[in-house]
Amino acid sequence: MHKKFLPLYVTCSLFALLFAAGAVQFENFGSLRVFMNLFTDNAFLIIAAIGMTFVILSGGIDLSVGSTIALSGVIISVLMQNYGWHPLPAFALVLVLGTLFGASMGAIIHYYQLQPFIVTLAGMFFARGLSSVISEESVPIMHSFYDDVAMFGFELPGGAWLGSSTIIALVVLALAIWLANFTRLGGRVYGLGGDAQSAALMGVPIARTTISVYALSSFMAALAGIVFSFYTFSGYSLAAVGVELDAIAAVVIGGTLLTGGYGYVLGTLFGVLIMGVVQTYISFDGTLSSWWTKIVIGLLLFVFIALQRYLVGRGQKSR
Amino acid sequence: MNYQNLSPQLRRSIWPVAGLLVLLLTNVLIAPEFFSIEIKDGRLYGSLIDVLNRAAPVALLAIGMTLVIATGGVDLSVGSVMAIAGAVSAGLIVSGVDSVFLVIGGGLLAGLAAGFVNGFLVGYFGIQPIVATLILMVAGRGVAQLINSGQIVTFHHEGFEFLGVGYLFGLPFPIILVIITFVLVQLLMRRTALGLFVEGVGANASASHYIGINDKLIKLMVYCLSGLCAALAGMIAAADIGGSDANNAGLWLELDAILAVVIGGASLMGGRFSLFLSIIGALIIQALTITIILSGVPPKFNLLIKAAAIIVILLLQSPEFRRQLGRIKQWRRA
Amino acid sequence: MNTDNTLLALRGVVKTFPGVKALDGVDFTLRKGEIHALLGENGAGKSTLIKVMTGVYRRDGGDISLEDKPIHPANTGDAQNLGISTVYQEVNLLPNLTVAQNLFLGLEPKRFGCIDWRRMNREARELLAGYELDLDVTAALNTYSVAIQQLIAIARGVSMSAKVLILDEPTASLDADEVASLFKIMRELRDKGIGIVFVTHFLDQVYAVCDRITVLRNGALVGEFEAASLSQQDLVSHMLGKALEKAVHEKIEHADAESRDKLFELKGARSQALEALDLSVSAGQVVGLAGLLGSGRTELCKLVFGVDGLVAGDAELNGQHVRFTNPRQAVVAGLGLCPEDRKKDGIFGPMSIRENMIMALQNKRGWWRYIPMKKQRELAERYVKALKIATSDIEKPINQLSGGNQQKVILARWLAAEPRLMLLDEPTRGIDVGAHAEIIQLIRQLCAQGLGLIVASSELDELVEFSDKVIVMRDRRKVAEVSGNEITQQRIMQAIAGQPQAS
Repeated sequence: MHKKFLPLYVTCSLFALLFAAGAVQFENFGSLRVFMNLFTDNAFLIIAAIGMTFVILSGGIDLSVGSTIALSGVIISVLMQNYGWHPLPAFALVLVLGTLFGASMGAIIHYYQLQPFIVTLAGMFFARGLSSVISEESVPIMHSFYDDVAMFGFELPGGAWLGSSTIIALVVLALAIWLANFTRLGGRVYGLGGDAQSAALMGVPIARTTISVYALSSFMAALAGIVFSFYTFSGYSLAAVGVELDAIAAVVIGGTLLTGGYGYVLGTLFGVLIMGVVQTYISFDGTLSSWWTKIVIGLLLFVFIALQRYLVGRGQKSR
Repeated sequence: MNYQNLSPQLRRSIWPVAGLLVLLLTNVLIAPEFFSIEIKDGRLYGSLIDVLNRAAPVALLAIGMTLVIATGGVDLSVGSVMAIAGAVSAGLIVSGVDSVFLVIGGGLLAGLAAGFVNGFLVGYFGIQPIVATLILMVAGRGVAQLINSGQIVTFHHEGFEFLGVGYLFGLPFPIILVIITFVLVQLLMRRTALGLFVEGVGANASASHYIGINDKLIKLMVYCLSGLCAALAGMIAAADIGGSDANNAGLWLELDAILAVVIGGASLMGGRFSLFLSIIGALIIQALTITIILSGVPPKFNLLIKAAAIIVILLLQSPEFRRQLGRIKQWRRA
Repeated sequence: MNTDNTLLALRGVVKTFPGVKALDGVDFTLRKGEIHALLGENGAGKSTLIKVMTGVYRRDGGDISLEDKPIHPANTGDAQNLGISTVYQEVNLLPNLTVAQNLFLGLEPKRFGCIDWRRMNREARELLAGYELDLDVTAALNTYSVAIQQLIAIARGVSMSAKVLILDEPTASLDADEVASLFKIMRELRDKGIGIVFVTHFLDQVYAVCDRITVLRNGALVGEFEAASLSQQDLVSHMLGKALEKAVHEKIEHADAESRDKLFELKGARSQALEALDLSVSAGQVVGLAGLLGSGRTELCKLVFGVDGLVAGDAELNGQHVRFTNPRQAVVAGLGLCPEDRKKDGIFGPMSIRENMIMALQNKRGWWRYIPMKKQRELAERYVKALKIATSDIEKPINQLSGGNQQKVILARWLAAEPRLMLLDEPTRGIDVGAHAEIIQLIRQLCAQGLGLIVASSELDELVEFSDKVIVMRDRRKVAEVSGNEITQQRIMQAIAGQPQAS
């Protein structure tokens, strides 16, 4: 076993442990249905957090994710309801716009040497502001295509459901793993997060990589916005507030080092699932209140950050 | 007067102060009654007072945030800490504590504890500030909800509510509180050597270490101060509405506080700080909101304009952008 | 000379930075299949020359040709494509990636649009086998020692079809065995026809592995020599710019300070970076630390000041046993250190001259006893005048001053704190002639006022000028201690070059 996989193992075992604890305690918890529901309920978060994983791997951070989700929902719904667009061209437009939005943030970060957190903070205000300018009201979506997509899925044994959003999330996951670990861009992202200066000396195109990473994150956020609209059947400028924090938490709990360079996309999936299990556990229990989710996630964040700190500290000493 | 000959402090102050004046003048042009202040029952009323009063929580946060940013850090948890402090005070009141000092002291203690956690993680644990304070940003609202048992806890306590709605010397009490906090922190920083050490740690941590400055303790202290300021802001917010709302108290205010400090001209890399300019920054944010309202632009444009303002200010601070501007100037002259 | 064999040729290369001519018409010739040492003291222009060769800097003048074709590398990637690879002391690889990824980053073998990990790992193992390395290539790079990382970096450089391999102080953090295996690899590569530029501070290593030597000083070429026909002593004198026979001893008679009470003493003291050594300073005495760059001068200063911890041995201040584990304790005990790297460890860039000056005194007094502004100004004005610091205003940010004036501000910072023992690490480095003389004069004055001083310097003439005692460092060891009238440039140089005392 490689030491580098340790955080990933910790995350996976933690998920298994939590799920098992739930299954032991509650009758219907340990079923495929509950497991699949974790995906169904969190598909948009999985997608957004995967985008965030790339940003964090490269040593950056993206605070604009939540508002990008809201913005893409608003644009889609307004295009459909007020301008009579079919959903598909609207999706295409939103994905392109999202990519351009992220690329611009990446360009500003790279060329003007500004800190990612403040630039994406401005991006967060911008996207949120733009969505409320487009429509302050929640815009309902009514389209037969949406009904079809939302209904699409496969029945699994035990009443479990493999729905369209889960399928999209899993496809995104597969593509992201391929991108991170089987393409040159992936290697460059890891390299950039490991040591930007060395990466530059080794011929990594820093500008292109930085811009790609933020473009990817915003693309994913736009996609997450599309998936999100399948749940809500509406676009609302105040939707998905704070999702960037959930995404960051999922990435960290998934074992990715917040300083960049170490971590795996698969870990992020489990990070989201852990957060989902905590929520499910609390709703099964009934006596625990919803705010425990936040506290538990905060504690998990602390534990994982301390664990990372310990591992990194030990790594430096051994050199 | 030659711009180059001004002292560095004065030169730094020009842009934020000029920005605020331009905003205020715009407001007067749009709405001539903007500067008019009425006196009713010995209390001052008017748009200007409104700007000051509404800016108070962000101004308080900005005071703490300024110090944190001066050491090269950032405190993302202040919004959540506001919620915690409000919840603690509300909790004390509804559980029958009557002494206003105990209620306020409880809130401050909560803020101090939160700041201590942040400062310890950053200073002694060596965790990046964004990361360390993110923990409390996420968990803090949960803690506040826990204290409130998930309810919006309303209360009635005249002494405590004075924090939010009281008047002293004709001014709303939040304004007075900002002034008191500003004066106290300013004295602490500039009448002792603390301010110098804070700037030293931010300007060059390695050089501070070589001189023997206790950089860890300095960091711990600024996060504690930031926690205290956030607690004060949180209690004002709770006293203002007569209740503690864990979900919405101080929501996104950490961002406004960071923005205020940046507008005040501080570098996010640490070093020089000016509490006065950060407060000007907080006033600019509030005045901008009012300008938008007065000028008839729908308030929905608020965030978009704010985003544009941040980008412009950030770019102006970037040396690379200034170089490009310089090149454009040269090119136009040629 | 066999000119057909020329691989890389630099002719009249010029590089200027604002205010400094870093390279002034330097020639450099590297042949195929040779190991060529590039030597020189700090500021000689070695690293600038390397950066010009590798495209980090654009040259301002002169020509570079590789195999008789003129080249203009615009960045490191460019230089790499041309066949010029560099391995730095701080290994510039990616610690978080696997060994195989580090070897192939940017050139990963692909299959069906995917990186072919299996092939990449296999090729990585094969490549490293050529260096007698049998590693788990799927492990992260930082699980291996610096020595192995160094070899991996070389393997990467060579595998990218390097014709020219530049090794910038590769041995600085290696032990003897590791150095030996590195040299073996270097010789093998040389025999394959690769030209190797070797930068080091260890003169023994130069003779162990190099064929020819180029010496630079103050941005200019001193000469190109065959290693076999250049004595180590001549080499040192070329590097330091002093011909031995001309080294006039201008020694001013010093009082025999040894008899006085010891102010500070190290007995058998050892740190992570230094072998055990003794050192003693008395009040009013200047102890010079001589030695080439990387010989351990800076490390000795850090040990005295508590930056690096004492691993073994004893330290005494005024006869009292002391053990500094951080600079704060040293400062409180009355020590002061002007660090070697002014910009990184010394100045508070955006802060004013006044604030930079009072910082140490203020820290000593504690935060609650703030020095009144009036007194701060007086202090700053006084030192600006006393040290002749060229500035219009004490409120000017220090990063707007020249290097020499910054150095004086840092000196003033410590003088204001009234230390008993001052450590000056390269106090005259990178400053102009006028300020240089003033700082030397100041050192004398301080000594006369009864301060103990430890001054590390690479300039022998100044060491001879002000030292009562000189400790010579070499390879992180104390190799000689000379005092009184024995202090001559010749004697010090011999010790640096590792030769027995000429009688």
